[in-house]
Amino acid sequence: MKKLINHVDNIVNEMLDGMTAAHPNRLRRLEGTTVLVRKDAPVTGKVGIVSGGGSGHEPAHAGYVGPGMLDGAVAGEVFTSPTPDQVFEAIKAVDGGKGVLLVIKNYTGDVMNFEMAAELAEAEGIKVRQVVVNDDVAVEDSSFTSGRRGVAGTVLVHKIAGAKAAEGAALDDVHAAAESVIKNVKSMGMSLSPCTVPAAGKPGFTLGEKEMEIGTGIHGEPGVERTDIKPAAETAEILFNKVFQEMNMQAGDEAAVIINGLGSTPLMELYIFHHAIDRLLKEKDIRVEEAVVGEWMTSLEMAGVSFTMLKLDDTLKKLLDAPSNTVSWKRG
Amino acid sequence: MITTGTAENWMENFKELILQNKDELTTLDQAIGDGDHGINMARGVQEMHAMLQEKTFETPGALLKAAAMVFISKIGGASGPLYGSALMKIAAEAGDKAELTDQDLLACLEAGKKAVQQRGRAETGEKTMYDVWDPIINTFRGEETIDWKAFKKAAEQAVDSTVDMHAKKGRAAYLGARSIGHTDPGAFSSRLFFEALADAAQEEN
Repeated sequence: MKKLINHVDNIVNEMLDGMTAAHPNRLRRLEGTTVLVRKDAPVTGKVGIVSGGGSGHEPAHAGYVGPGMLDGAVAGEVFTSPTPDQVFEAIKAVDGGKGVLLVIKNYTGDVMNFEMAAELAEAEGIKVRQVVVNDDVAVEDSSFTSGRRGVAGTVLVHKIAGAKAAEGAALDDVHAAAESVIKNVKSMGMSLSPCTVPAAGKPGFTLGEKEMEIGTGIHGEPGVERTDIKPAAETAEILFNKVFQEMNMQAGDEAAVIINGLGSTPLMELYIFHHAIDRLLKEKDIRVEEAVVGEWMTSLEMAGVSFTMLKLDDTLKKLLDAPSNTVSWKRG
Repeated sequence: MITTGTAENWMENFKELILQNKDELTTLDQAIGDGDHGINMARGVQEMHAMLQEKTFETPGALLKAAAMVFISKIGGASGPLYGSALMKIAAEAGDKAELTDQDLLACLEAGKKAVQQRGRAETGEKTMYDVWDPIINTFRGEETIDWKAFKKAAEQAVDSTVDMHAKKGRAAYLGARSIGHTDPGAFSSRLFFEALADAAQEEN
């Protein structure tokens, strides 16, 4: 294992201190916790929004903490949900009197830990509501399983719920805005090479020199199909078609698109991938004002890409375009 | 008979077994999960060991409650809330009794099993730790005294039964039918949890 780290046990700690050191005017770390909040938290009279999850997905989630998006982000160990006490600290720190929305990615551990934190907060009289993001169409949805995973579409939930909260909306309305994104956003990823959890020291899976995996999760969970490596255009088509068939979209509709690098895919390749996606969008006459191409929800040093599409209506479009000022997502 | 000392040995045995099997748990989890089960459990039991070194307890319930708090706040993932919730309910059922008979203990484990089921929304046969908790407790329900050798054997068999199961909960569920043929890592660590209890109780008797 080759990694630019000091000690395996200090990874999350040093990363969080590094982030606050780099952005002292935006971020503040709650002492003795793995929580980063916006510098001016809590914002009185605004619904607080907390997200989080295992580390290793940077810039998610602390990169999205700031005006117009999240109020707090809770970091767990690498690929491991944070614990309820940490989430509870975040909730307390961002509650400005109007309650707190928890944005959870759909993984068994995340859901359980955030749920326990919500129980603790409610016992202290803080109003808490939660949404669970499940945008990954690689996994079949079924009431008999844990359901679909939450991946890069989560960033759009942060953005739109954050914009709604910034308008001064009530907790139920912020919750509804978040749910409306979740209903309309779908994603799918693929990988060319695996990633290594530092504490494990070896890759979570292996891929041959000429293999790729379609539908890989952001923790290196195996995907749905392992195939010979295909050109970017063909790969884009596989991901696009699977996402598109899950969406109720017609010619002339408007969408927001995220092209997400999983950690070690050059921006050059991401633009090549998007070039193919753009053609597919034009074929279907789906209008995209501006695609966001870069790293938004990574998977350590995995090579690969995910494609996310959100169907927009006027309300979602307005909230998406509203100002936000965070380390990794700036608008307006 | 479970005294505070037995409860402490149970938890210390669990620590030893988890540390001995840390790599095995990681390997099992890499096959069908995300590979962090051994790492997370090892962190939890080491923190629990440190806590037990520092504090003394009057009753088994108090000791197990403190262990639950460590698990909830130090493990993370799904294992933290699952083991934490289970131990919390076991401790609550134990109440402030100084000693637990085998029947008391079975009532405690029953409460722990329900906690695992509720927190994990798990049912039998979904290839989770519940597939160890449920059959063991069903096997020994109503017994006046526990045959600890049979208890360990039941735990072992329950783990083996998860190999052929098709995962329906947890990250292994994303693998679908590809999860068949692998031992569930949570079931394996649960076997260690019960093995640790059996060893502690046997030492006592």
